[in-house]
Amino acid sequence: MLFLETLIGGLLAGTMYSLVAIGFVLIYKASGVFNFAQGAILLFSALLLVTLHEHGVPFVLAVLITLVALILLSILIERLVLRPLTNRSPMTLFMATLGVSYVIEGVAQGLMGANVHALDVGIEDVPVFIGDLMISQFDLIAAITAGVLVGVLALLFNKTRIGISLRAVADDTRAALSIGIHLNRIWQIVWAVAGVTGLVAGMLWGTRQGVQFSLSLVVLKALPVLIIGGFTSIGGAIVGGLIVGAGESLGEAYIGPLIGGGITPWFAYFLALAFLFYRPAGIFGERAIERV
Amino acid sequence: MSVSTQCALFSLSAAGWITRMRLQVGHWFSHGRVPYAWLVLSLVAVGVPLVSGDYWLNAILIPFLILSLAGLGLNVLTGYAGQTSLGSGGFMAVGAFATYACLIHFQLSFLLAIFLGGGVAALVGLFFGLPSAKIKGFYLMVTSLAAQFFLEWVFVKFPWFYNYSSSATISSPPITVFGWAIASPLSKYYLVLVLVSFLTWVAVNLTRSQVGRNWMAIRDMDTAAAVIGIRVHRSKILAFAISSFYLGIAGALWVFAYLGSAGVQSFSLQRSFQVLFIIIIGGLGSISGNFIGAAFISLLPLLLDFLAHTFFARMVDAGLLQNLQKVIFGSLIVWFLIKEPEGIARFISHLRGRLAVWPLRF
Repeated sequence: MLFLETLIGGLLAGTMYSLVAIGFVLIYKASGVFNFAQGAILLFSALLLVTLHEHGVPFVLAVLITLVALILLSILIERLVLRPLTNRSPMTLFMATLGVSYVIEGVAQGLMGANVHALDVGIEDVPVFIGDLMISQFDLIAAITAGVLVGVLALLFNKTRIGISLRAVADDTRAALSIGIHLNRIWQIVWAVAGVTGLVAGMLWGTRQGVQFSLSLVVLKALPVLIIGGFTSIGGAIVGGLIVGAGESLGEAYIGPLIGGGITPWFAYFLALAFLFYRPAGIFGERAIERV
Repeated sequence: MSVSTQCALFSLSAAGWITRMRLQVGHWFSHGRVPYAWLVLSLVAVGVPLVSGDYWLNAILIPFLILSLAGLGLNVLTGYAGQTSLGSGGFMAVGAFATYACLIHFQLSFLLAIFLGGGVAALVGLFFGLPSAKIKGFYLMVTSLAAQFFLEWVFVKFPWFYNYSSSATISSPPITVFGWAIASPLSKYYLVLVLVSFLTWVAVNLTRSQVGRNWMAIRDMDTAAAVIGIRVHRSKILAFAISSFYLGIAGALWVFAYLGSAGVQSFSLQRSFQVLFIIIIGGLGSISGNFIGAAFISLLPLLLDFLAHTFFARMVDAGLLQNLQKVIFGSLIVWFLIKEPEGIARFISHLRGRLAVWPLRF
């Protein structure tokens, strides 16, 4: 019973990791950028939302303003960072996003302060019982939210014109350019969509642990998820999140006591490493073919 | 004499003067004077304590040199061998804690302890470099994060490493090197200077040797390097070990020559980022770049502080200043990656080339 509860709790917590990881995957697929700034974007959106709300802006309006801000931010990033760095190595782009994350964190905290804000989205973190299993209601709703988000994204990618162009760019950038897809516009859209997933993740994580600087460190939790699932697959991000969530809570419960506890910061990474030895590009990732 | 002839003569002599100046200036900045430049640099390095106070030694020069050394360590791995790592802080911690263990638990002399500490860091680096055989790029970077978090955990969880002190920190015992007590800022500065110079000299030669050339071949394209017969995996692991050795020494110096007492939080992920920024700003794949980057990163906060206090004495509080600093660092990183991807070191060598042919353009 304890095992099952730990497992389910871990799986549900894992969907929260998946949410963060999906933002990464979207950007990596469309622009080949490993976006370290995702954590900063998460912090920025949650902080903006909470600050607006605290200043008396109605919640729905605050969400809309945050969305507009995220779109503006994506356009700025595309103009000022991505466009001048087109055709540079992936490592250069990664380091640039590291710089971007510093700028966003600095601006967000400079303008809105470094205090911890409580965010209340109206979901109570109380246990519910399903049969004999005790499950956190909040985790359950977070998992459902993640599911809905993935469904919406799947619709967006498969049914709309924008989504199909996105997939074309992800498949082969040069071919997409040659048939007249507006690459810069696609990048802006993808970054904005990733920003929106960041906002959703930021709201959920913010409710759980308060909106504060440590929110941007959630990005470090998402990295092992990406490794396990692969950088290029949304499905992989979900499965990876579940594996990491379950692995972490089981590891902390069963392996932790043997070696002194507090192993969550690195356990997921070792789990990811173990996976890497068998699948060097993750479970669902595309294996790169190298040509000389 | 007609006016036009006068003009012509004048312009001729002006041209001659410019040419002469050009040759002189050009000669100065060409490679012919490099030994003199080294002489001047070492005189400055040795003589600087005579004119600067203890504050400058303690708060700026010593950390600057140590950060340069750490940058050098990461640059071997990232700039030369092309393997990105975010675990620099962790390997610095290994060096620091291993040196401490050698000093306290095994009662070794300081120099021996610090090199052994570096050696232990090299072994740990070698171990975490093993996956580089199969894993590349971002996936490998995540491996280095695993190292970072795991090592942070180890040095908190096992009290043996900090001699069971209640604060979980290590404090520097009195240090002697060849009978000289290293206690004053001046002696610490010279100790750091000697060690850093020696290790830099080794690194320069290493990168120019077969080993360094192999690294650069792997960095530029490892499949091609394998095709021309370089043992890719061995070279990569060697790069991990040597890089960690340098980082380990830097970490040990950070505790024993700079902070005096420190816990593992001095070697957090933020430290890893800082070292990475040093080599991006200074120049990937450049030895002098580490020193330039470290100087930049140590002096910029001072400059900002100074500007804030002089011009906006009451308007800027410490928190805002810190955020401002973050924004400026971040923008600079992006700016450098766009404009000068090879860092300030490249920018300076460019400038030297331009000055050499000044006022002509090329």
